[in-house]
Amino acid sequence: MTTEPKNNPPLGRVIVITSGKGGVGKTTSSAAISAGLAKQGFKTVVIDFDVGLRNLDMTMGCERRVVFDFINVIQGDAKLKQALIKDKRLDTLSILPTSQTRDKDALTKEGVEKVLNELKAEFDYIVCDSPAGIEHGAQMAMHYADEAVVVTNPEVSSVRDSDRVLGLLSSQTKRAETVGAEPIKAQVLITRYDQDRVDRGEMMTVDDVLEILAVPLLGVVPESKAILKASNVGTPVTLDGPSAAAQAYDDAVSRLTGTQVEMRIVGERRPGLFQRLFGRAS
Amino acid sequence: MNLFGFARKKHPPASAQTAKDRLQILLAHERSSTGTAEADYLPMLQREIVAVIRKHVPIGDNDVEVRMERGNQMSSLEINIELPGAAGTKAG
Repeated sequence: MTTEPKNNPPLGRVIVITSGKGGVGKTTSSAAISAGLAKQGFKTVVIDFDVGLRNLDMTMGCERRVVFDFINVIQGDAKLKQALIKDKRLDTLSILPTSQTRDKDALTKEGVEKVLNELKAEFDYIVCDSPAGIEHGAQMAMHYADEAVVVTNPEVSSVRDSDRVLGLLSSQTKRAETVGAEPIKAQVLITRYDQDRVDRGEMMTVDDVLEILAVPLLGVVPESKAILKASNVGTPVTLDGPSAAAQAYDDAVSRLTGTQVEMRIVGERRPGLFQRLFGRAS
Repeated sequence: MNLFGFARKKHPPASAQTAKDRLQILLAHERSSTGTAEADYLPMLQREIVAVIRKHVPIGDNDVEVRMERGNQMSSLEINIELPGAAGTKAG
């Protein structure tokens, strides 16, 4: 995969951000990754597939600008252009919010495919923020994906659910059903990683998780106060000033676009004795 | 790193290792049971065993107990069949 500059024909690559388990950071990661891609100059759209529990709009800080949504477009009540919200910080970034009132059955394979095809003609990356679970909504989010980012916390239930999702990605998706198609490129993004607890043997290591899931690693995002702070103000963490989490997401984004970036686990270490004694800027 | 890091190394409760071991055993089974998560065949197996035994011995629906124990190297399927007493008199 080559990274082409803005003006070439759009890449039209569909990436699903999924996990199975809820609360592991799918929406946070969708926001951070889509903003990170847009920051690098790629025309990017992020779609909220969590019908009925719209939240991507708040994470992206555009909740007051939602007029039409994804479901309106699928059902023909609005044009795609009317529903897309242009980000105010990056002109390469758009958001397609979901409906707060409908339910997941409003997502149909045909409807989703039609919208994705329209988006592929215009955008380099189409980031699909999956709902939790493995039911209809989650399956619709992953169905047409070229690539999957499985968000996983180093914790037993999250890893187990990620394993289920990896199974679905390799069996229940368009690429899996199409004979001769290249399988979905699945990779794991470990979030809420706490190096101190890993050092103390209280948390599974990155290698432990990778050994169990047996898929490539996209990145490791440390547990970080910057995440909550960014969501409080409706800014993707990759646009909200420097932090260990933003750094980790930026690295992951570079890897998504095919750039080799050394895997580093940036920690939000607690200040040591000297740092506490003598203080530290920032 | 922490200045006094060396002092509190080397006595890990290592619950992380337990987490990893539990996951590896569980997932080995979940992956092998094709499709859905669990061994859905156990209730059916139980019903069929009851039916087979009933051809020869009168037993109740709950007299067959099927239990599965999953291990790392080996799993065992334990089937307990409670037969009526020597007299063989059971209402039905």
